[in-house]
Amino acid sequence: MNLSISLTVNGVRRDVELSDPRVTLLDLLRERLDLTGTKKGCDRGQCGACTVLIDGRRINSCLALAVSHDGADILTIEGVARGDQLHPVQAAFIAHDGFQCGFCTPGQIMSAIGLIGEAQAGNDPERIRECMSGNLCRCGAYAGITEAVLDAQQTLATANQRRSA
Amino acid sequence: MKNFEYVRPSTVPDAIAAAAAPGAAYLASGTNLLDLMKGGITRPDRLVDVTRLPGLDRIERTADGGIRIGALVRNSDLAHDPDFARSYPAVAEALLSGASAQLRNAATVGGNLLQRTRCGYFYDTASACNKREPGTGCDARNGENRLHAVLGWSEACIATNPSDFCVPLVALDAVVEIEGRSGRREVALEALHCLPGDTPERESLLEPGDLIVALRLPAEARAFSAHARYLKIRERTSYAFAVVSAAACLWVEAGKIRDARLALGGVAAKPWRAHAAEKVLVGANADASAFRRAAEVALADAKPSGDNLFKIELAKRIIVRTLTLAAAGTPARIPALPASPFASVSGVPA
Repeated sequence: MNLSISLTVNGVRRDVELSDPRVTLLDLLRERLDLTGTKKGCDRGQCGACTVLIDGRRINSCLALAVSHDGADILTIEGVARGDQLHPVQAAFIAHDGFQCGFCTPGQIMSAIGLIGEAQAGNDPERIRECMSGNLCRCGAYAGITEAVLDAQQTLATANQRRSA
Repeated sequence: MKNFEYVRPSTVPDAIAAAAAPGAAYLASGTNLLDLMKGGITRPDRLVDVTRLPGLDRIERTADGGIRIGALVRNSDLAHDPDFARSYPAVAEALLSGASAQLRNAATVGGNLLQRTRCGYFYDTASACNKREPGTGCDARNGENRLHAVLGWSEACIATNPSDFCVPLVALDAVVEIEGRSGRREVALEALHCLPGDTPERESLLEPGDLIVALRLPAEARAFSAHARYLKIRERTSYAFAVVSAAACLWVEAGKIRDARLALGGVAAKPWRAHAAEKVLVGANADASAFRRAAEVALADAKPSGDNLFKIELAKRIIVRTLTLAAAGTPARIPALPASPFASVSGVPA
């Protein structure tokens, strides 16, 4: 079978010839497309550092076989800011000290963007924590992360209201 | 990871033909399979990608008022389907208590039914494991086994089935639709998984090439929607497998239990339907003494397989608590709050 695939990554079409079907989406992003913002933590779906959005849904890219996602629309941490203007979730992580070493942060931010899109947590910190449980932070910045997600969600809701008003 | 041939058939018959060959495995989302392949626990020669097969991603009402869920429906989509969550709230609650949001977004209904055990010795290729390599022995038997089975286990294997989803499904008489080399057939979910006996490598009734295409819940299962809960006890608040879990579904009329469904997770190699305990409940008042009698009956045949005597008592308490929650009524919002089993229990401080 032909192992050439075509993805849209951060709005740009990327055609990739795979030498091997074993390549995960995570390794493809990092090793073939030089998008190293997405991190490899456990590589086994347990830590969430590799979280990206596929067709708008947050998933673990380490457990996604690249060849199986031919045609998908991928959003990574490199694609969320607009030029120098940070995404509201990125800005909120800075404002609330939602990180220390920063290794888990791209995954945390992509997961938070996914969470806000899912609209299941509301403004209940307990539900935010539950919905972010797939992202581990070994520095223990969880308190700041929860605050950042709540804040960013509010910012995005206000922006949406303004847009629809 | 061992290399493999990757094929992506576009029809179910082509998929079955490709997967019937020795060494072939189906790939859906891969959240379990790729993990197993990275660890060298599963080493398929060929992956048959079923994710593009047409028509397997739908949730639809059946003619008799039940529901039919395509095997490729994602766990999160099913849990958040309003009609489904309203009709089968314990199933939605179980789905949302499993794994993480990322994994639920990827994992499929069909894959979840065939999720492999999380026994650490199964995962460790340096350990003896009759399930992974038949005839090599079971290092769990005299190892770290406090989380292993207390029902239905054998000397050959004491592993548990880790699925949350399957627990309320088996309680509600779910049926699995299978396409195979000899056509389509249906199997009750309760009969799909096998107890280990002397052949723990055989985990289900499925034959080579068999593909789960859908799952059905009968219309009668809706009768329990007002009193249905799934409670999962974990070693951390979220994102962990069950130590013990229970699904309890009651049909209560004027304080009396007209019908009852009860199943346990984390206690055996299959989702464990507690038929005898259900019989105790039917006709009884929906009160603590009936719940305690049901719990005793449900665990009557349990025995520890290692350092896990505590799980028998824990399972009894979880049954009583889940029945108590179910009797109090399905919460308006499902899940009530999967992260905190302590937050939603009356009489237990948050």
